[in-house]
Amino acid sequence: MGKTLSEKILSEKSGTDARAGDIVIASVDLVFVQDTTGPLTIRQFKEVKHGRLANPQRTAIFLDHAVPSPNRQLSNDHQFLRRFAEDNECRIFEGGTGICHQLVAEMFANPGDIIVGADSHTVTAGGLGTFATGMGSSDVAVAFALGKTWFRVPETFKISISGRFRKWVGAKDLIIHLIGVLGADGATYKALEFDGQTVSNMSISERLTVANMAVEAGAKVGIFPSDNVTQRFLTVQGRGNKYSALRPDTYANYERTIIINASELEPMVAVPHTVDNVTPVSMLAGTKIDQVFIGTCTNGRLEDLAMAAAILRRKKRHPSVRLIIAPASQQILTKAMKIGYIQVLVAAGAVILPPGCAACLGLHQGVLGDNEVCLSTANRNFKGRMGNPEASIYLASPATAAASALTGEITDPRKVL
Amino acid sequence: MADTILKGKAFRFGDNISTDHIIPGKYAHLRSDLPELAKHVMEDADPNFVEKVKSGDFIVAGKNFGLGSSREHAALVIKMAGVSAILAKSVARIFFRNAINQGLPTLICDTDKIDAGDKLEVNLTRGTITDLTKDVQLTFGKIPKVMLDILNEGGLIPYIAKHGDFEL
Repeated sequence: MGKTLSEKILSEKSGTDARAGDIVIASVDLVFVQDTTGPLTIRQFKEVKHGRLANPQRTAIFLDHAVPSPNRQLSNDHQFLRRFAEDNECRIFEGGTGICHQLVAEMFANPGDIIVGADSHTVTAGGLGTFATGMGSSDVAVAFALGKTWFRVPETFKISISGRFRKWVGAKDLIIHLIGVLGADGATYKALEFDGQTVSNMSISERLTVANMAVEAGAKVGIFPSDNVTQRFLTVQGRGNKYSALRPDTYANYERTIIINASELEPMVAVPHTVDNVTPVSMLAGTKIDQVFIGTCTNGRLEDLAMAAAILRRKKRHPSVRLIIAPASQQILTKAMKIGYIQVLVAAGAVILPPGCAACLGLHQGVLGDNEVCLSTANRNFKGRMGNPEASIYLASPATAAASALTGEITDPRKVL
Repeated sequence: MADTILKGKAFRFGDNISTDHIIPGKYAHLRSDLPELAKHVMEDADPNFVEKVKSGDFIVAGKNFGLGSSREHAALVIKMAGVSAILAKSVARIFFRNAINQGLPTLICDTDKIDAGDKLEVNLTRGTITDLTKDVQLTFGKIPKVMLDILNEGGLIPYIAKHGDFEL
């Protein structure tokens, strides 16, 4: 019997013949925390007997959730993290460098690697063929100390995608649609493995968007095979030598296969307050919004900003809508300035925030007021997510978000162009 | 060894209770002040939960409890509130590991028959849940051995501090 991508990677890293359902101990290629999970992780790490990092250069701290710091307590947490990094000679990425998952994609993740992070969207790196998954701080503290962790080898759902996306329909619409099909717990403990002709034509940016939201269906990983698109991305990022071809075996065992025809997809929206509450944008036309947020580890990449800029060029946001944009990394911000996207977005009335998680998790930079409605390109619309349980969050693509910023209501991007 | 028995009252919650309901991101600044953070546990699902819950009580939920963020603080503040176990139809993956890693029993069972306020008795050793109010007995799904070993040591950090490594 052949192996899925997850079984292949876990076999290699555990030195066993890993099959779905097995419990294995596997080495990790990178282990990381961010600024809101890091302090607890480090306190727990200090309780583990020897208290020394297994691989300091493969241990990373990202300051991204609360940067620049909105208050004294979080500033003190940042101090604590910086001091730990200095004392233990691990990697640290200062506020404004970017969102952890984007920096992991730009600097660390390779096909066949295992990455664990104290953040649920660690799954993002699956776009590069990495077995990457989020864990809590105890698990990550132990991975800090031992350089390994235990995994239950997941069963795999194969997501087979064919057909060409229609104009202004893309990766975000695909993954919102898929979560609607699976349900918010439909893939709990499972791996989602993406395949098919459409996948070969998807950029790394799009693959990262899809992998990022695998966890919103409960999945442990959302993983793509590697190919020449992966190789090109790694080469541009200066680590072409880390490329390896990774494909599932022909006779791998899949628990379930889901077939999606991309050419039939419409722009999709996740409606409050769960991500699996999905509908085509046309059903929501006319829904008034107060804020549009474009950014996050889901949709803060260059292609996303390009999409928004194309729609907003020489136009102005609707006067009753706040438009907030946060590029996912410094590298993206720099490129977006060079090409001119940022200038277009500012001219359209956008507030540009520093690279980071920004308004996504409700602790600063765009907290919603009572009864307000936000259309966001993020990955979660849970009650209270953006700092106020009396507010509502709709999730959509950067194209839908930009179109809606123009009209002040949820709008199909194809209607404004 | 005597059976491990937990006794308390049921606090009912529905499906898809996320870690944002349990402890929202807006309290990130309190994460290094756990007693202060714990005052807000379950706030966005039941604002009075923290005043009502007593040591030993149970959180009884529907499906997909604890979905969302990996913040282990969610499991931690539930434990700090005195909750002795979580009973749910299903539990999100990261939260499940986190709860066990915090030494908080998290049991998968059919919670439909349990109502708010019911008195419950959970026998962890035998795998049974008795609703004393209704005189109904339920069973809960088996916890994988690796997690049971961690739970029996009071959590992952005490487990590794004691054993020095994973012993599967």
